Amino acid sequence: MKSKFRKFKSFLITKFISLNGVISIVVLTLILVFLIYNSLKFFTEYPVFDFLTGTKWSPTSTEKFGLVPLFLGSLLVTVGAILIALPLGVGAAIYIGELAPKVLREILKPIIEVLATIPSVVIGFIGLQLIVPAIKNIFKLPIGLTALAGSIMLAFMSLPTIISISEDAINAVPTKFRHASLALGATKWETTYKVVIPAASSGIVASIMLGLGRIVGETMTVLMLTGNSPRIVFSLLQPVRTITATIAAEMGEAVNGGLHYSALFAIGLVLFLITFLINLTADKFISRIKNF
Amino acid sequence: MKKRYATQKFYYVLLLIITLIVVAFVFGIIFYLVFKGAKAISWNFIFKFPENGMREGGIFPAITGTLYLIIGTILFALPIGILSAIYINEYSAKNKFSRIVRLSIINMSGVPSIVYGLFGLGFFVMFLKFGKSILAGSLTLALMVLPVIITSTEEALKAVPDTLRHASLALGASKWQTVLKVVLPQALPGIITGLVIGIGRAAGETAPIIFTVAAFSQPDLPRSVFDQVMALPYHLYVLATQITNPPQDIQWGTALVLLIIVLIFSVTGSIIRVRQRLRKRELS
Repeated sequence: MKSKFRKFKSFLITKFISLNGVISIVVLTLILVFLIYNSLKFFTEYPVFDFLTGTKWSPTSTEKFGLVPLFLGSLLVTVGAILIALPLGVGAAIYIGELAPKVLREILKPIIEVLATIPSVVIGFIGLQLIVPAIKNIFKLPIGLTALAGSIMLAFMSLPTIISISEDAINAVPTKFRHASLALGATKWETTYKVVIPAASSGIVASIMLGLGRIVGETMTVLMLTGNSPRIVFSLLQPVRTITATIAAEMGEAVNGGLHYSALFAIGLVLFLITFLINLTADKFISRIKNF
Repeated sequence: MKKRYATQKFYYVLLLIITLIVVAFVFGIIFYLVFKGAKAISWNFIFKFPENGMREGGIFPAITGTLYLIIGTILFALPIGILSAIYINEYSAKNKFSRIVRLSIINMSGVPSIVYGLFGLGFFVMFLKFGKSILAGSLTLALMVLPVIITSTEEALKAVPDTLRHASLALGASKWQTVLKVVLPQALPGIITGLVIGIGRAAGETAPIIFTVAAFSQPDLPRSVFDQVMALPYHLYVLATQITNPPQDIQWGTALVLLIIVLIFSVTGSIIRVRQRLRKRELS
């Protein structure tokens, strides 16, 4: 009798734990379902073609919901940020992984981890206080709230991801590769440049993809720094507005359940799909790292 | 030959400069915040309500609001996160399904925080009718930090040697008893590390709480979990962008208090992690 009860109890516990185990699948599915559910009104009442190709985003005055200016805004800020983050991130990862003495490495790593914990609103605030006025003065602009201000701060926010994963990849390159190269007469730098970096390239690419994911999804920093003007521009020195900032800025004024409200869920869905693709790609590269 | 070493020297210096730029940025932010914010911090600043349209007074309701959200996040994320990790490491078979679970955890951590905010609004606030409340905000933040807690708990469980499990099972303990009384205590430091780091992240997030809990201003402290609260990150955003010319001191002070709260959590996490690593080295 007792053992029967014990068996039943263990059955219940196992079921309960399995239920928690699949929470990640449940949550991801729920997110997708609710993004679609809340944007249904928009997709049924507003032509999808106009949404995807529209060049105007003016939700209140003319009820135009064109994705293009927001998408290009996100793209511009992201490209700017990656151009800054790539040399800084990969450079620092090579220094920390290959050149720094062991003691220095143990000091540098936690310093970069601290950068990951600084809240994005604080980064945005610092940017507002220091970077925005600096850009205004250097480039003699009427206002400093530009795509560039967002790009600079986002670049630094993506560095912890890029540096730590690149550095892991560099560390994973077997020492015998280095010895073989040095034995052939290559200098230390030639070994790093021509042997270690190519061998670690999957991990470095993965780190950049993951950094990209963080940059595209970041909200507060761009909301505070990029000027929030949903126009199509192709210069980093102009104000832009990203997908993320649009959601954060306009949800407060949108009527619950209205077309505008639903449109904001629709661009949220677009954002979710973009970051999902980026992360899947990153995962492909990460799974390649282990195959030495 | 000389030229090759000159090239090496050039790149070494370049990489050192790059690393120094990154380090200088981190120290620059922290020291500048302390330098500018320390002046503002006083007894009144911490324990008073904002006055005169946030141009005077303190940030007490924002600090307590953030603490409420931290507690709420822990209550939801900790049990679910630990059980989820136990399932993945102790119960699930290594097959295609477990690969999907793993992949979805990775993808969960890649979902932008503003999308969590949208989901919290659509699901907790509107669908489940929690309204804009501590409950809805905590749940949203909990979902966001789940991947951090699951991953670190899983790593901690993995580090527990199988011999301990076998010994417990051989003594007649059930699988669940083994997990609860043998494996979990061993993995505790690792679990706490993940929790503390996750909480540090939740405390600093703004985007997920704008639509789900954060109030522009509140005359009173909340009375139930269905009330809105002010929160430090959102308060800083409001001060910096929504109010015309609030005093600089108040803005910098708010930023510093937020940074200190977040750093307390993340530094604690790092210390536990380092101590663990040292202990492991002693054991082996």
